[in-house]
Amino acid sequence: MSEIDRGVVRYVADLARIALTDAEVERFTKQLSVVLDAVGKLREVDTEAIPPTASVLPLDNVTREDEVRPGLTLEEAMRNAPARDGDLFRVQTVIEDRPGG
Amino acid sequence: MAELPRTIGEAAALLRSRRASAVDLAKAAIERAGADPYNAWLTVSEDHALRQARAADERLARGYAALLCGIPWACKDIIGTKDVETTAGSRILDGYVPPYSATVVERLDREGAVMIGKTNLDEFAMGSSNENSAFGAVCNPWDPSRVPGGSSGGSAVSVAAGEVLFALGTDTGGSIRQPAALTGVAGMKPTYGRVSRYGVVAFASSLDQVGPFANSVADVAAVCQALFGQDPADATTMPLPAEDLRRELGKGVKGMRLGVPKEYFVTGIEPGVESAVREAIRELERQGASIEEVSLPSTDHALGVYYIIQPAEASANLARYDGVRYGLRVAGTDLVDTYKRTRGAGFGAEVKRRMILGTYALSSGYRDAYYVKAQKVRTVIKAEFERVFERVDALLTPTSPTVAFGIGAKVDDPLAMYLNDVFTLPVNIAGLPGISIPCGLSEGLPVGLQVIAGYNDEATMFRVAAAYERSTDHHLLRPPSFGTRSVGADPKRSPNATFGTSGTY
Repeated sequence: MSEIDRGVVRYVADLARIALTDAEVERFTKQLSVVLDAVGKLREVDTEAIPPTASVLPLDNVTREDEVRPGLTLEEAMRNAPARDGDLFRVQTVIEDRPGG
Repeated sequence: MAELPRTIGEAAALLRSRRASAVDLAKAAIERAGADPYNAWLTVSEDHALRQARAADERLARGYAALLCGIPWACKDIIGTKDVETTAGSRILDGYVPPYSATVVERLDREGAVMIGKTNLDEFAMGSSNENSAFGAVCNPWDPSRVPGGSSGGSAVSVAAGEVLFALGTDTGGSIRQPAALTGVAGMKPTYGRVSRYGVVAFASSLDQVGPFANSVADVAAVCQALFGQDPADATTMPLPAEDLRRELGKGVKGMRLGVPKEYFVTGIEPGVESAVREAIRELERQGASIEEVSLPSTDHALGVYYIIQPAEASANLARYDGVRYGLRVAGTDLVDTYKRTRGAGFGAEVKRRMILGTYALSSGYRDAYYVKAQKVRTVIKAEFERVFERVDALLTPTSPTVAFGIGAKVDDPLAMYLNDVFTLPVNIAGLPGISIPCGLSEGLPVGLQVIAGYNDEATMFRVAAAYERSTDHHLLRPPSFGTRSVGADPKRSPNATFGTSGTY
């Protein structure tokens, strides 16, 4: 397991899509190193023959009939939108128009 | 200010004898919540509450009403409530008003319970002190310079300060049981799969459960009775036959085998906490239970498992807060920059720390070393509990290693803060039910006894907790700042009105 440094914190924050200030990077680097040292104790446990547990539920696939049921109205689904354009959530351009496209 | 009755049972009796109406109780709760000096409430939804109270009175007048009909309650603000703002304690949900209610809220609505409002919490339930709320810390009524515990701190305080008769919280690593312990009330996390999470803001999905706070074990069981059961909207709820959770409340512990895991009495536990819990164990022994020391050898690794799995799941769950469909949006130079700025501005420090930790544990090259490793040790911890429950009916432990600590004492030391939950988070890792009940004071502050039972064996857990409660007065203790009524005081001498004793109702 590797040391966590400022570069790792910046890289991971970027993966998580979170803008951090320099002061936050500094503080989180120190704090997360301490936390990772503590969780690193898990290396002591021999888990060679142990399967992972993703959920403690004794359930496998849960299925139901695919029936049409009432859901939210368009207005209910849209009413919390920070910006909208008619019946659409308005966001910045995702894919630019290309010439001849 | 009028005081509310202490328990749901007392309130239900008042309602049925017409000495108080549901509207009377709701008005008293609204007044107390509105005057709450602890910052326990984020929203007091007065109109909504009075509307529900009037409907409850109509049902009561018709003579057939559920036990919870007309009972004022408080809802942790991470549980979605139709048309009532839901913040999760975060700026990133700024202005969010859910278009539907969580299943747990619908079930309490159906019973006729009266929701007074939404309570303060650590942002996205990430915390053990309620200091991580974007809307300010919550104070402990036992000593306002101290924390109430977290993350369901507001819900715990709303019950401890007599503002409502019960409250809902969520518990991912101890967020119901630890604040219950620190504020001197009962608080319980059900078996994983017992209660629907539909409509609850997701934190760590393999660990989260919803559960109640109340002033008695019977009240906790009564609320569970309304909450439990499979929900077609939540595929992680178990299909179990209906049962009466209160059937064993009065049975006592004679002949029961109760285990005391030696790993839960370790360095770090305050002497006053240990002696209160040891005394509680002796009391159950006097009542005829046989006490056995047991061992859960991997307890020491639970914190490491928890602080990988929980932030990993949270980092995936919180990816949805992108400023597109609801909540805060901070515009950037392009869409990805907008995500980053929105999340940078909308999340508080603890949420950011856990997003980074969780993303790191899931990132390419580290996933097997951290996340999969933690899931394997989870298997070991779960198996150790299962082995112990072949020998004993329930386990007795402290809920928290310390009493309530000072506001600000641990905010800059995440690891010290995380250690508050060492006795509660193994229960979430295994998915077992656990309840914290008051077992006395240390340095004038409440101590909690945790009772843990086997899978779906809440009835046994309630049986042990109720037996202890009947034999002591610890659950009757009230914070020194609580109105003017104290245990044993003559209510007639109180200048405050008390329902049923003042003659007003």
